[in-house]
Amino acid sequence: MTNKKLSIKITFLLLVLSIFAIGQDHSNNAEDVHGTPVEKDVKAEQKEFIDHHLKDSYDFSLFSYTNDEGEAVHIGMPLPIILFDKEDGIKMFMSSKFHHGEDIAETGGVFYKVYHNKIYKTDEAGSLDFDEHHHPTNYKPLDFSVTKNVAMILIVSALMFWLFTNLAKSYKTNNGIPTGAGRFFEPLILYIRDEIAIPNIGEKHYKRYMSHLLTIFFFVWFVNLFGLTPLGVNVTGNITVTLALALVTFFITTFTANKNYWSHIFWMPGVPKLMRIVLAPIEVLGMFIKPFALMIRLYANMVAGHVVLMSIIGLIFVFGNWMGGTLTFGLAFGLSILELLVALLQAYIFTMLSALYFGSAVEESHSDH
Amino acid sequence: MTIPNIVGAGLIVIGAGLGIGRIGGSAMDAIARQPEASGKIQTAMLIAAALIEGIGFAALFAS
Repeated sequence: MTNKKLSIKITFLLLVLSIFAIGQDHSNNAEDVHGTPVEKDVKAEQKEFIDHHLKDSYDFSLFSYTNDEGEAVHIGMPLPIILFDKEDGIKMFMSSKFHHGEDIAETGGVFYKVYHNKIYKTDEAGSLDFDEHHHPTNYKPLDFSVTKNVAMILIVSALMFWLFTNLAKSYKTNNGIPTGAGRFFEPLILYIRDEIAIPNIGEKHYKRYMSHLLTIFFFVWFVNLFGLTPLGVNVTGNITVTLALALVTFFITTFTANKNYWSHIFWMPGVPKLMRIVLAPIEVLGMFIKPFALMIRLYANMVAGHVVLMSIIGLIFVFGNWMGGTLTFGLAFGLSILELLVALLQAYIFTMLSALYFGSAVEESHSDH
Repeated sequence: MTIPNIVGAGLIVIGAGLGIGRIGGSAMDAIARQPEASGKIQTAMLIAAALIEGIGFAALFAS
């Protein structure tokens, strides 16, 4: 790489980072001006902020602050909302119509309102009816919106597609030697093949599982890493995302399993007849517990990491002096480094356990038990 | 969060901590005995720790 190219890249990186730096500065100033008079609400505000961060949202907000006139300013971009209404058909509009959940969106004479992160159909006044458990009874259209998490999944998918197709192409043009980012990713891919896939699945069958293992490893890793950036996304900390990932592993295990796998579940060879009857329900349960544990592990690890990190950053505002600020900054920095490790470790564990389950599905029967 | 929930969460953390601690300690012993097998031992250690962690988290969500 020439020096000029490198310097352009560094300049671009610095520009991107400076955008976040400017944003950070603004919100801090606002906290100084307006945060001090409402001292008692800092903890409640923080809890609300963390809850808001952990949830999915309809717009991609980078940060928000209160300006000198006392108005809340949100910096970010709106995302498309796609609703399937039983009566009025498909509705598409941008989430800016909701004004961050404060307004009622009107589209073609139909009104929608966001209440507790869910979209309900409503009238012009935005009234909602509640049942005795304080849940709205208004009609809830089927929601196919591109939310923050969906947008992030699409971005990561596009990034991965671009990165790895380029990597594959570079082998062709450069006599089998990777270039650029490929030099970083090739050892990782080889590691997954040689240390995860082959020892767990076996020489004979590992090839057809490699695409899934590689996809899941890099997807989980990238998404975890994006969760640590100031973009403030929490994709793997959303249980539906991890459920989908675990379901794919479950389906692949179930549908590629051989006779030996099923016989180990329903009629365990090598144990007394009575034990076989006792073992069968336990093994069937185990079939579902395995992907369930995969789902919970990734989800809980990411949520726990985000909550702890944000609580520690929040301590800066609780202390409100330079000593507490410095101390918590050091703590948050150390914890961020740990989270970098956790991001990689969780991707590795997910891949490793998936490979282990695939291995059990294609294992040939042994005569020794 | 009620008091039984908090006590339960504490018990879970104690149990999971003991379990993962034992795995880590045994892995250390094993690596000290056979440094050349440290790669394999680490992998096995991570898998066992991940399994306990999964159950621990499941119990934490139930509590």
